[in-house]
Amino acid sequence: MTEITGTAGVPPASRNASTEVTAKPSNSAFHEVGRDGRDPSEDEREIKELERVWACPPGIYGWFTDTDHKAIALRYVVTAFVFFLFGGIEALLMRIQLARPESHFLSPDLYNQVFTVHGTTMMFLFAVPIMTAVGIYLVPLMVGTRDVAFPRLNNYGYFVYLIGGILLYVSFFLNTGPDAGWFAYVPLSGPGYSPGKRVDIWAQMISFTEISALSGAVVVIGTVFKMRAPGMSLHRLPLFVWAQLVTSFMIIFAMPAVMLASSLLASDRLIDTHFFNPAEGGDAILYQHMFWFFGHPEVYIIFIPALGFVSSIVITFSRRRIFGYTAMVLSLIATAFLGFGLWVHHMFATPLPQLGQSFFTAASMMIAIPSGVQIFCWIATMWGAKLNIKTPLLFVLGFVAIFVLGGLTGVMLASVPLDLQIHDTFFVVAHLHYVLIGGAVFPLFGAFYFWFPKWTGRMLSERLGKWNFWLMFIGFNLVFFPMHQLGLKGMPRRVYTYLPETGWASLNLLASLGALVLGIGVLIFIVNFFWARRFGAVAGPNPWGADTLEWSLTSPPPAYNFQRIPVVEGRNALWDQSTEAPVVVGLSSTKRETLVSSVVDAVPELRYELPGPSIWPLLLALATAETFIVGIFTPWAFLVGAVLTFAVFVGWFFGNPNYENVDAKQPPDETNFASEDLRAEEA
Amino acid sequence: MSNKLHIAVARRFWCCAVRRARFVLFPTLTALLLTGCGGGLQSVLNPSGPQSEHISGLWWFMLITCTIVFVLVMILLFAAVVKGRKGFPDPIAPPEKETRESERRRGVVVAVATAITIAILFVFIVDSFFVGRGMTAELDRKQGINIEVTGHQWWWEVRYQDVDASSIFTTANEIHIPVGVPVTFSLKANDVIHSFWVPNLHGKKDLIPGKISTIWLQADKPGIYRGQCAEYCGHQHAHMALWIFAEPREQFDAWRRAQIQSAASPATASEQRGQQVFLSSACVMCHAINGTPAGSNFGPNLTHLASRKTIAAATLPNDRQHLAQWVDDSQQIKPGNRMPPNKFSPEDMQALLDYLQSLK
Repeated sequence: MTEITGTAGVPPASRNASTEVTAKPSNSAFHEVGRDGRDPSEDEREIKELERVWACPPGIYGWFTDTDHKAIALRYVVTAFVFFLFGGIEALLMRIQLARPESHFLSPDLYNQVFTVHGTTMMFLFAVPIMTAVGIYLVPLMVGTRDVAFPRLNNYGYFVYLIGGILLYVSFFLNTGPDAGWFAYVPLSGPGYSPGKRVDIWAQMISFTEISALSGAVVVIGTVFKMRAPGMSLHRLPLFVWAQLVTSFMIIFAMPAVMLASSLLASDRLIDTHFFNPAEGGDAILYQHMFWFFGHPEVYIIFIPALGFVSSIVITFSRRRIFGYTAMVLSLIATAFLGFGLWVHHMFATPLPQLGQSFFTAASMMIAIPSGVQIFCWIATMWGAKLNIKTPLLFVLGFVAIFVLGGLTGVMLASVPLDLQIHDTFFVVAHLHYVLIGGAVFPLFGAFYFWFPKWTGRMLSERLGKWNFWLMFIGFNLVFFPMHQLGLKGMPRRVYTYLPETGWASLNLLASLGALVLGIGVLIFIVNFFWARRFGAVAGPNPWGADTLEWSLTSPPPAYNFQRIPVVEGRNALWDQSTEAPVVVGLSSTKRETLVSSVVDAVPELRYELPGPSIWPLLLALATAETFIVGIFTPWAFLVGAVLTFAVFVGWFFGNPNYENVDAKQPPDETNFASEDLRAEEA
Repeated sequence: MSNKLHIAVARRFWCCAVRRARFVLFPTLTALLLTGCGGGLQSVLNPSGPQSEHISGLWWFMLITCTIVFVLVMILLFAAVVKGRKGFPDPIAPPEKETRESERRRGVVVAVATAITIAILFVFIVDSFFVGRGMTAELDRKQGINIEVTGHQWWWEVRYQDVDASSIFTTANEIHIPVGVPVTFSLKANDVIHSFWVPNLHGKKDLIPGKISTIWLQADKPGIYRGQCAEYCGHQHAHMALWIFAEPREQFDAWRRAQIQSAASPATASEQRGQQVFLSSACVMCHAINGTPAGSNFGPNLTHLASRKTIAAATLPNDRQHLAQWVDDSQQIKPGNRMPPNKFSPEDMQALLDYLQSLK
């Protein structure tokens, strides 16, 4: 592939650089040295050192203990994609069942489990984790640092998520899959109407995935705020990173609500509390408030990272700076704020006062404004630009078409009177898949095609990619467009079958055939993946001529990411890089050291040693697992869990060496770079 | 595996039998329904009352506006792609500097588009507020009737309220209302949340345990309207339907007078035997027949069972064959429903059916 002349594809460190940057005092630890001033063999030695220091421990032990954000993120992506396939298979089962009236392909009991597990999987095990995962891979690279802020917490988050997913699927295959819907409304999910352990498994799985999401959010926020390369002040942050940052804040505010809801539900079921039992003064609607206070922001938690993917792809493939950067950033933030103010539009059919409902109508419609602004800005960016129409851009164009339609039906659903008719019908099924598949899955596939070369070093096939896109696009519309009409013709959601007299059969059959096409589209992606792993063209550092820092590294990037942390000179880091771009030197190559910078202007503050591989995150995940899984059967598990968790925490924190954070402004220790290498060699 | 297959085959066979029977018997009802309201007996797009008409107006307004918006955005997108589809530099060169003029022009377009979006949304908000107010407005309820609907897993209990206690009666799954008269529904739930929805007449309203919700609707033309539970309520959520029969006032009054009566006494020997079977079996544990000792209200009230068009929450036509199948083993038809199988001798079964079919 081609490269942008003079910038991309060449690690900043290996380029001729000026010797000084005036903005920084010359006695700082971060003075800039060009290659000219250094012996090339010294450079090589340093790389060897870094490779040794940042290496993952060998074997299976290494798999459990590794803290490399890239390895963890890829695990996340693969795991979440496997869950996506499971969820997709469940969707196909449902479409087979609904293809004709009074079908007996699935029993009602199995159908109810299948649709519950489908929703739960797609929301909790696929959409949120995979968006975070892409962020965990790319955020440190885009902000120019060597790892995420809390590498071990990151590892813990993955294991907790994995255990939660396994819990759900093991129980599903044992015919104890949850069957009260992904929203598990009380009293249906309460002890009286859902005996057995099915709903308990759902409630505890929620806790697992929420903990994992919270860990991911903390990691991303820490990384974005404190670990940016010098020069990357907030107004130069790539939109992708902004999207991840905003999402992480949303996670922190939204997730506790659902953990509260699911925990109160679990305690109603396990220890006979009456939070939601109307017979004892509990309130069934309270649950809905708590669930949707999380549930609606959840949609944006899935959707906002996808906006980041879209921005990256639009910028790269139209070879243009984003139009309206400030408006885009403010739109992301506005979406996040408004996203918390419209949960009641899921509850318009409950007996709530009309004036209150009108407030939520207004809020729900208002959220169309920031979304609209972003769509307009992307079109404005592409307008008049020469476009590189490759698969990632195709997915983005498909995203705009599908998402705009889904957004418009969303505006309709915001209207109380209209919602009363189409709420809980197939119209809503159509709407939510338009905004979630259109708004998140299409950009995600675009992101796969875009970043696959960076992740693996090889290109996915363009030809298969086009097949993949068109089959998914046509299949998607065939499945979900008829559902709008089905909803208007009165078909409620979550029905395992319908009578022939209803006249819903032909549209349902059409939707089921569409599901087949969509399924084949996804299958082609899998084929493309395996093909590219073996035969894909070798990518090189920057096959698309993109603008963010990850494209300055080899594909895949080395474990330590940056040998020299670059100094960022503009919003589009690689495009704005001068030919004499300075780099940061002075970071240790014998420790996992990285740079901590200030929140707003990314002024270097500290050299910080990141923790390396450790078994404690896995042990903590196991202690968490004990608490929640055994907690399904006996409340004593929480006592045991508390003791275990405490013990693991003691081990985790006592095991740590005393890191010394060195002030960046301190005169450089003479041992800092060159001599440290020497010392290591002596040892 | 093969065992499962056998069960599946057997089940499919059974269902085919049921379905075939239904195909023969249902056309009467279906034909009635289709002629009654010109197609779409359970459709938002076929409004038959003031409430649904209000909403339908809003729907068409929003649909047309949104379609225009969608088409405009797609044209913009398409034009951008067509304009830029050729001439991407190879090798990829760094982007050129934007001209001030291009920035300014695009800025104006984005600002105008955003302003139009805001204006449209504002109109939508105001419109839906006033439609909503129109729907919940107080109406002259003096001549209206008041019906209490209680949701059960998976059927509807329907209780006609009256100031005169002797005129209160209970039926199930089929609601008769007079044409042109506002009807107020008080909605309750006994077990889990359900949602009452008859799309031709009005939007839905949730039935929530521990709360009473109210909704009023009115049918402007005679006809039969299908409704269905719209909140997931467990196993047989799919088979929890109801019919609304909107009739001229006199017809409704006649029906109402008949419903208030106690059950007809068994006339023939077979019917008498059937009543004995009913009263001495598990039936009485759940069902009531007014005028007999059977008084449980766990299941639908059967006092005037034979006057109903359907059984099993509007799932099966109410005829002898389906009634027999339902009584014998309803789990085959609606798996998971609350009614256990009943094993009667053939004679007892025939007598029971005779009796049930006499409950006009």
